[in-house]
Amino acid sequence: MRSIRKPSVIPGFGLSLGFAAFYASLIVFIPLAALFAKSFTLTWDEFWKTVLHPQAIASYKLSLGASFIGACINLVFGFIVAWVLVRYQFFGKKVVDALVDLPFALPTAVAGIALTTLYAPQGWIGQFLSPLGIKVAYAPLGVVVALTFIGLPFVVRTVQPVLEELEKEIEEAAASLGAGRWATFRRILFPALLPALLTGFALAFARAVGEYGSVVFISGNMPYKTEITPLLIVTKLEQYNYAGAAALAVVLLTFSFVLLLLINILQHWSSKRAGG
Amino acid sequence: MLLKSVKKSLLVLTLGLTASAASWAQEVKLLNVSYDPTRELYAEFNKAFVAHWQKTANQKVTVSQSHGGSGKQARSVIDGLAADVVTLALAYDIDALYDEAKLIPENWQSRLPNNSSPYTSTIVFVVRKGNPKNIKDWDDLVKPGIQVITPNPKTSGGARWNYLAAWAYAKKAYGSDEKAREFVAKLYKNVPVLDSGARGSTTTFAQRQLGDVFLSWENEAFLIEKEFGVGKFEVIVPSLSILAEPPVTVVDKNVEKNGTRKVAEAYLNFLYSKEGQEIAGKNFYRPRDPEVAAKFSNIFPEVKLVTIDEEFGGWRKAQTEHFSDGGIFDQIYQPQ
Repeated sequence: MRSIRKPSVIPGFGLSLGFAAFYASLIVFIPLAALFAKSFTLTWDEFWKTVLHPQAIASYKLSLGASFIGACINLVFGFIVAWVLVRYQFFGKKVVDALVDLPFALPTAVAGIALTTLYAPQGWIGQFLSPLGIKVAYAPLGVVVALTFIGLPFVVRTVQPVLEELEKEIEEAAASLGAGRWATFRRILFPALLPALLTGFALAFARAVGEYGSVVFISGNMPYKTEITPLLIVTKLEQYNYAGAAALAVVLLTFSFVLLLLINILQHWSSKRAGG
Repeated sequence: MLLKSVKKSLLVLTLGLTASAASWAQEVKLLNVSYDPTRELYAEFNKAFVAHWQKTANQKVTVSQSHGGSGKQARSVIDGLAADVVTLALAYDIDALYDEAKLIPENWQSRLPNNSSPYTSTIVFVVRKGNPKNIKDWDDLVKPGIQVITPNPKTSGGARWNYLAAWAYAKKAYGSDEKAREFVAKLYKNVPVLDSGARGSTTTFAQRQLGDVFLSWENEAFLIEKEFGVGKFEVIVPSLSILAEPPVTVVDKNVEKNGTRKVAEAYLNFLYSKEGQEIAGKNFYRPRDPEVAAKFSNIFPEVKLVTIDEEFGGWRKAQTEHFSDGGIFDQIYQPQ
């Protein structure tokens, strides 16, 4: 921030800041402001009644809970995938690398239908799980599966470039100074990767909270049980209750914003500690 | 310089608009905003109408179609999609065009014959080959161990017809609204999945093999056979069902702006013509015209039908009582 007055490689700070502010307003702030304004057409009483309805609360628990679990799963396995893609050479690596991005490209409804086909009680995978008493499709677990699927690329794509930057020599140096494998990972690699991991986690989580298309096919949409908040929003829209829909959206956004803020603070703190 | 180029593009735009206004006399465009299962019906109907309009008015017309969930389609029109006509799943969604944006007059439904519904459908049961659970009527759906597939009435227009058909049956059979409510609650206890739309439910039942009976629009039930194989399913017609009336209307504000009122009205009237009625029948919608209906009597079985106006006092009332937030459907699912 202090470098504002220093001559920069790209000139025209005033112009570019102006443009950035204008662009951000146009793309992000104005739609969000419209959303908040819409929800303010409700009285306070109506607003609280809408957002604190037991059915809405049940849906926040599912939406936020499943998004959180999905993001945690992606954190672990996304890291492993990124590790393998950066550190090992193997046949077909380019293909695997490209596959990671597919959840971005696939229309989410297609993803939802494909996952349901696999995990339904008669499906390819579901038929082996249902005798064990594991219900994936039409259960909260299915929501987690769908949200894990759509979130995977975020963690992989944020961790990968940082991992590429980390030279193998650092690990060798640590080893030669007497650090064991675990110590090297915990004290050398992990602190360096933590900011990227947190970013990936935050992106995967935020994406999952708002996800509608893939989840509605696999969740079964049973009120109080497998209803995600975005579905409740659509339900309100079906009744032309725009303000009620906006109220629920405001709640989701607030939750996400607070979490993203916390993660940003954590990230700031960790990169400072790592001497970044 | 910026100003100059803006002026220039405005000029071009104005010229373009004048040019298109001049060619309007020769060619006219219509946009019909409809719901999901009418895709095949209007594909065929539009072709027939283009030929009809060429012959009677000597004008070339192009009809574009838009399909989607009925409620979503209505919202698009409210938000400014310039539909000349809408042909939706239920009157409630067209009422919204008046309630939310005053695009049409309040009495829109009395402007065309038969409640502005040129074709009708009803709710039937689809069961698996040989009807292994021996499902014959509504009473069989509330038996323990029977799984019923129907979409979520909060998000699907078709599902609201299903729910109301069950209600109407129970009220006739058991005598009171109280009993009907118990019956419907019991029925939904047997529903394992509430898909968000009718096509989603079709997949759940036909492809994922979930459930014993699927509540479906009659026209969709015929399409399931076509799509997933003849002989895999059977259609069961219950002793009583509901007359589903998918209505149509001209969107007044839009046709006035587009200058398309005449052709839009002709388009809807053509739905009521012998030719239009035949196309509806061929696409598994019940024709209103008695003569045409007689031709299709071997396809559409005789069934006792109640209407939403007699039984429920119209869509607005039914919607508020049953499907609005906190309504009877929500109460069914409220944890005790």
